[in-house]
Amino acid sequence: MIWNVILFVLMGWVIVMAFITPAPQQVIGEASRIFYFHVPQAWVAVVGFVVSMVASINYLRRGRLTDDDRARVAAELGFVFCLLATVSGSIFAKVTWNSYWNWDPRETSILFLLLIYGAYFALRSALTGDEKRARLAAVYSIFAFITVPFLVFVVPRVLPSLHPSDSVVDSAGQFSMSGTTAMIFFPALVAFSLLFFRLYILGVRISILKRRRIEESQL
Amino acid sequence: MPGKSSSWAAKVGAMLAKDIRQEYRTRYAAGAILLFGVTTVTVVSFTMGRLDLPVEAQAAVLWIIIFFAAMSGLAQSFIREEETKTAVALRLYADPNPVYVGKLIYNILILALLVAVITPLYIIMTDMIVSGIGLFCLILFLGIIGLAGATTLIAAIISKANIRGALFAVLSFPLLLPLLIGAIGGTAKTLSENEDYWAAASSEIQLLISYAVVVITAGILLFEFVWEE
Repeated sequence: MIWNVILFVLMGWVIVMAFITPAPQQVIGEASRIFYFHVPQAWVAVVGFVVSMVASINYLRRGRLTDDDRARVAAELGFVFCLLATVSGSIFAKVTWNSYWNWDPRETSILFLLLIYGAYFALRSALTGDEKRARLAAVYSIFAFITVPFLVFVVPRVLPSLHPSDSVVDSAGQFSMSGTTAMIFFPALVAFSLLFFRLYILGVRISILKRRRIEESQL
Repeated sequence: MPGKSSSWAAKVGAMLAKDIRQEYRTRYAAGAILLFGVTTVTVVSFTMGRLDLPVEAQAAVLWIIIFFAAMSGLAQSFIREEETKTAVALRLYADPNPVYVGKLIYNILILALLVAVITPLYIIMTDMIVSGIGLFCLILFLGIIGLAGATTLIAAIISKANIRGALFAVLSFPLLLPLLIGAIGGTAKTLSENEDYWAAASSEIQLLISYAVVVITAGILLFEFVWEE
């Protein structure tokens, strides 16, 4: 219960302060407020994928179906946040650079993640049998995760980027964010992560209860 | 199939020989892939041959054709095993590792056949000028190894699915995106007039090599989870 209260306070703070305080990036102006929402969403999308992959590895190691439930719930949440990140990024791109999609490396990566999530669910729906579905989905999740570093680290070297990364990290690599921006951004990161984990724990609990209900009805 | 005491290479060779012999008798997968490839090249060159496309577009279309031809035929080796029920016997008798490597080499050979047939055709029919032929061949070679590496495991996964449809393409495409970006970028560099294409394409070559190594290693490690019931 306490976590729900903390989440409420943090998220409320973020949402209110994001609109009251001056816009974080002067050049882009009001649209840069999306930074407080878009970046945490993208972060959570990746976190969801990592949690799903770790649960998949655990399933292959231990064979317990609760691990498969964890993988599925994490993937579902990660997918939602990935969709949000893609859409918010696309809106920002339209407002700032007047085009919804540009094949900027970061845009490509988030779309790539969206495609992997989509493929994961397509695979799950095409398989019958709990163990078979869990096993094959786990293998795909791990295999897909292995190709992610290529897109995240290698492709940006090949293609120039539109992302305004220079506004936050200057040429020396030092982290330079103004006080007010940091005051809202870091709580936003924490708030979105907390939101993910609250929903994740709820989802896993529901799945476990459902499974228990099914097992009991079969006895 | 060799007995338990025979070498790993002999087992891989036996798996490969069986697949090749089976393919030679029916010629189904190779036929599907080649037919798809030739048809697409013909259609593309008919519609776009007269346009003076930029080199990136020429490279992209070639790799799109290779990708979709691969999608139309590479899953065959596993699907055929499942449908003719020989997979059960194979699972009982053989180790997963030689099965995977044998099927991987088989897929590489099928792709090599595809590329050997459609690439000259594509070059001739679209009047493509390949400045760096050595690099061009190297990128094709690395690309098909990476392509086979990624798709062999996925083919094994979907062979167990009940409703397959476009599942193979849906599952493969996200994973192949880095490979396609590297291969298309590298190929585009060999088509341009720039003399120093080996240096220009060095990052793409590194990407292709590392991608191939990573997916094949991951495939070897993960295959037994897909294979064993």
